[in-house]
Amino acid sequence: MNIFERISRLDRRWIYLILAAVVVITVMLKYETPIRISPEVRSVYDFVEAQPPGSYIHMAIDYDPGSLAEMHPMTYAIMEQALCRKLKIIMTALSPNGPGMAEQAMLDIMDSVKMHCGREVVYGKDIVFLGYKPYPGIVILSMGQNYRLSFPSDYYNTPLDSIDMMKGIANYGDVNGIILITGTSGVDYWISYANGRYNAPLAVGLTGVMAADYYPYLRSGQIFGLMGGMLGAAEYEKLVKRPGRAMEAMRVQVWTHIVIILFIIIGNIGYLISRRKGEVK
Amino acid sequence: MSWDTFLWTTLAVSLTLCTFSFLYRDNPFYKFSESLFVGVSAGYFVIILWYNGLVPTLFDRIWVDPSQQWYQIWSGGWWSGLVTGKWWYIIPGILGLLMWFRFSKKKGWISRYPIAFYIGIATGAAIPLEMQNRVNRQLADTLISPNFSAGFIAGISDIIIVLGVICGLFYFFFSVAHKGSFGAVAKMGIYILMIGFGASFGYTVMGRISLFIERVQSIRDWVRMGWDGGAGGIVVIWVVCLIVLLLVLLELMKYLRGRPSEGTAQ
Repeated sequence: MNIFERISRLDRRWIYLILAAVVVITVMLKYETPIRISPEVRSVYDFVEAQPPGSYIHMAIDYDPGSLAEMHPMTYAIMEQALCRKLKIIMTALSPNGPGMAEQAMLDIMDSVKMHCGREVVYGKDIVFLGYKPYPGIVILSMGQNYRLSFPSDYYNTPLDSIDMMKGIANYGDVNGIILITGTSGVDYWISYANGRYNAPLAVGLTGVMAADYYPYLRSGQIFGLMGGMLGAAEYEKLVKRPGRAMEAMRVQVWTHIVIILFIIIGNIGYLISRRKGEVK
Repeated sequence: MSWDTFLWTTLAVSLTLCTFSFLYRDNPFYKFSESLFVGVSAGYFVIILWYNGLVPTLFDRIWVDPSQQWYQIWSGGWWSGLVTGKWWYIIPGILGLLMWFRFSKKKGWISRYPIAFYIGIATGAAIPLEMQNRVNRQLADTLISPNFSAGFIAGISDIIIVLGVICGLFYFFFSVAHKGSFGAVAKMGIYILMIGFGASFGYTVMGRISLFIERVQSIRDWVRMGWDGGAGGIVVIWVVCLIVLLLVLLELMKYLRGRPSEGTAQ
């Protein structure tokens, strides 16, 4: 049995161990990986940059802690950019386990904006968090008529009409666009209902697993921007010139991908040798 | 360093390590973290559903008297709250309660009425919009004429997309044998599908590795937090590391004695 055959029959736990070692070592290293900005990520950045101060955007934080690794860097980068540009943000969280995490992110971002942009973000004047409601499809449709139908009050139980920035804001027609960050299939509702029914401009940030499936909607113009997984988040961090966890993770991604590709090549060589010997049909 | 934050982070790191231990083999630490996750998620979801769903969109709409909460209906004055509120919200409330008949073998049929309402409303809202936005618009966009004004590559891409879709559809047409020119087009279809699956697989690998990287980053940040926090933090880090090391050594000794425990990595 030669080396390739031995490796192709290796206990998978050795592969886990090698990958873990590569991740741990490269997380400790400090150097920057070159990142190319794709047009679909740039269009989200350009959209936020193009909004005049005081205009409204809707941030839909539809993910739970399981997708936090890929989604949080996008949320932080976009919301910090928007709040530094003095835009007003309406936040919702339509994933059942997401509201607590979304609230924590909002508080962190408010602190971060104060630190980096010297701007005090006031809850109720610059940002409002509406929270969670069950049945995302129905909620997305009803917000197109009036936010108050699904959210008579915000996450902290304050009636929407008592909140300064929600006065005169009825539905999607009063916000300049929706940026959806999601790890769930709820993206289909946003595309069909918010964009399809109410023509709300929509951009999406998706987990890597989902990204490839939604490029057709970019081409058809149903979404105007798409950020796919950690790479999309890293591109956005680069655009806003605030390197964070996503840019750091891309360094690790490069090395882990090299290791995975090597294992795939070695495994296939071992398979071909075994097949030639007649051990595998 | 805030001790409160540090201890919660220590708990998160410990549970992360418990979960990752499954990669070696199934074990009680993994079972504990799994059960804890499922229990906490379910409990959290129920409370979120109650306070973000039922209370503001049902109970608070039925009773609007600010001095009267819905759960104080028997303490007097509830009638004024009810008549000034939107009492007709009781109807969907009753429909919701009827769902619970699902658990009864004899009266289970009653639950079909609210389900019928729900499915009727959902399909009425969904079918036209889904057809329009996820079928018709995608079809129209696929069959759009090649746009060479946007550049040569863009024009070629348009042609490839149309041909790729047609080849892919040929592959799934099983009423004719995949032979001759039909077979060649179908074979091209399977190649197109494989390219699509390859793109998805590449993104999936990146996504899964991203989850692991984030956990490693969190563990690194926890170590930094403890290290910067002085002697107490360093002691906690050492205690966690020693426990992990001890468990690894115990497992290694079992392995070296030639008595590997039951259970295998999935």
